[in-house]
Amino acid sequence: MSTRIANIASNTFREAVRDRVLYNLIAFALLMSGAAILVGQISIGIERLVVVNLGLTAVSLFGVVIAIFIGIGLVSKEIEKRTLYTVLARPVQRWEFIVGKFFGLAGTLVVNTFFMAIGVFAALFYVSRGFQRADGWLFIALYFIVLEFLIITALALLFSSFSSPLLSAVFAFSLFVIGSFAEDLRGFAAMAQGGLRWLATGVAYLVPNFSSLNVISSVAHRQPVTAQLIFSNSVYALVYTGMALCGAVLIFERRNLK
Amino acid sequence: MAAIDVKGLEKTYQVGFWRKRSKCALRPLHLTVAEGEIFGFLGPNGAGKTTTLKLLMGLVFPTAGTAQILGMEINDPQMKAQIGFLPEQPYFYDYLTASELLEYYAQLSGVAAGERRRKVIEVLGRVGLQNTATMQLRKFSKGMLQRVGIAQAILHDPKVLFLDEPMSGLDPMGRREVRDLMAELKQRGKTIFFSTHILSDAESLCDRVAIIHLGELRGVGAVEDLTSTVEGKSEIVWHGSAVPSSLRSLTAEIHLMGDTVRALVREGNQDAAIDALRQEGLRIISVTPVRTSLEDYFMRKLKPSEVADGVRS
Repeated sequence: MSTRIANIASNTFREAVRDRVLYNLIAFALLMSGAAILVGQISIGIERLVVVNLGLTAVSLFGVVIAIFIGIGLVSKEIEKRTLYTVLARPVQRWEFIVGKFFGLAGTLVVNTFFMAIGVFAALFYVSRGFQRADGWLFIALYFIVLEFLIITALALLFSSFSSPLLSAVFAFSLFVIGSFAEDLRGFAAMAQGGLRWLATGVAYLVPNFSSLNVISSVAHRQPVTAQLIFSNSVYALVYTGMALCGAVLIFERRNLK
Repeated sequence: MAAIDVKGLEKTYQVGFWRKRSKCALRPLHLTVAEGEIFGFLGPNGAGKTTTLKLLMGLVFPTAGTAQILGMEINDPQMKAQIGFLPEQPYFYDYLTASELLEYYAQLSGVAAGERRRKVIEVLGRVGLQNTATMQLRKFSKGMLQRVGIAQAILHDPKVLFLDEPMSGLDPMGRREVRDLMAELKQRGKTIFFSTHILSDAESLCDRVAIIHLGELRGVGAVEDLTSTVEGKSEIVWHGSAVPSSLRSLTAEIHLMGDTVRALVREGNQDAAIDALRQEGLRIISVTPVRTSLEDYFMRKLKPSEVADGVRS
């Protein structure tokens, strides 16, 4: 990674911190402590299940919201405010700028997820009075959530490179929702006939498969995650992220900054 | 080698959502700026000055033509390490302090880690912001942001500077300081290409100027050549408040200013007018041939009738 990419990434991270993005951790901490106390009082025998489900789902949703709402402004805001001019007038290539921005936001999300994960484990420790071996699978679920963030960040950047923040938000959020039902869409495509089958299959494989990255329910039920799934999800997420980033770079390389 | 060499650079935008139509922002521009020169790029608002600068900075892509800076293509990173750019009405990352921003830019420009801190302090001092180095930019006034803009442009000691309206937003003292800075940079051998519509700045600073209007180059030349043209008139100033009747037919304009009179006479009538004043016993203070000011030249070049001549000049 070139030094300039690291500089841009570090500045993007600093922007997120100074814009108080990490303040969401306070809301998350309140949610987790409230949930842990409440769950202990109203549920019998399924405290762990509820805390893991609620905690990991909250980690995912908080991160997705941050990825979309910061990601969509990463390029368009810089163009609109013209802060980009003094950056690109230096020996910084456009692709370096896009990649730097991506790593900056991805880094922010990883740090954010790290602190939220501490919150989830703390709540789990509180309700279970200790940890079990099966709790280790939570790390895999968190890893998949981070992979999900990488894809969404790259997609938000892709949309941000050619459209307005509002449209980018609509596109990115729509893809997140559709992608969360990608397995169902594939199932529907398998049952459909004729042209609809082709269309549904095309859409099902084009949208990011977030349902495959969602193992929250499995780990909440202490079910192991196979090594094959870890490998295939890792490759899938990296390839999808790479392709979305390449798309963002290709568009941005040709864009006139009026 | 020319510092800036522009060959037929042209920009046409497609405007409109459904019915696309072409809007020409810059007609083929041919321009050469020598090393060590202060070159003024003059034109009214919307003339194409900023478009030209954006093309040279690689922020927009030309429809046709090429440009080279220091003998390198405009998107060559090696070239970009040797130029500085101040955009019009600059806006910076307002969550950073002035020194953090400059350090960030120094990193991007490839300034060695050991040098950065010293350069940032030095450049903040040069633009008079040493006392606000640790203040977040969101608290800066427009004039202070302009100073930050100038600081970031000269931070890495570039060979060529591109300044888009560098005096904009500055108070008279700030403008004076920027003028002095530009003169000092020229003495150090830097090339400065700056756009402005403040003609007095251009006249006092520039070696050469180009005039652009409606995306078209209307004229280019050395400031002293453009302003040395004698208009065929002389200005005679004498002491008193009386205008001899014999002089009235010889003069084009007469202005009374307290106890002096200023009259414009055609060159052919100059001797007769002086004789008339002597006969009346009036004390002549000065006789000066009227020269074209840069403003006169500028205004003339903006007239539609000058288009054809201007392109050739």
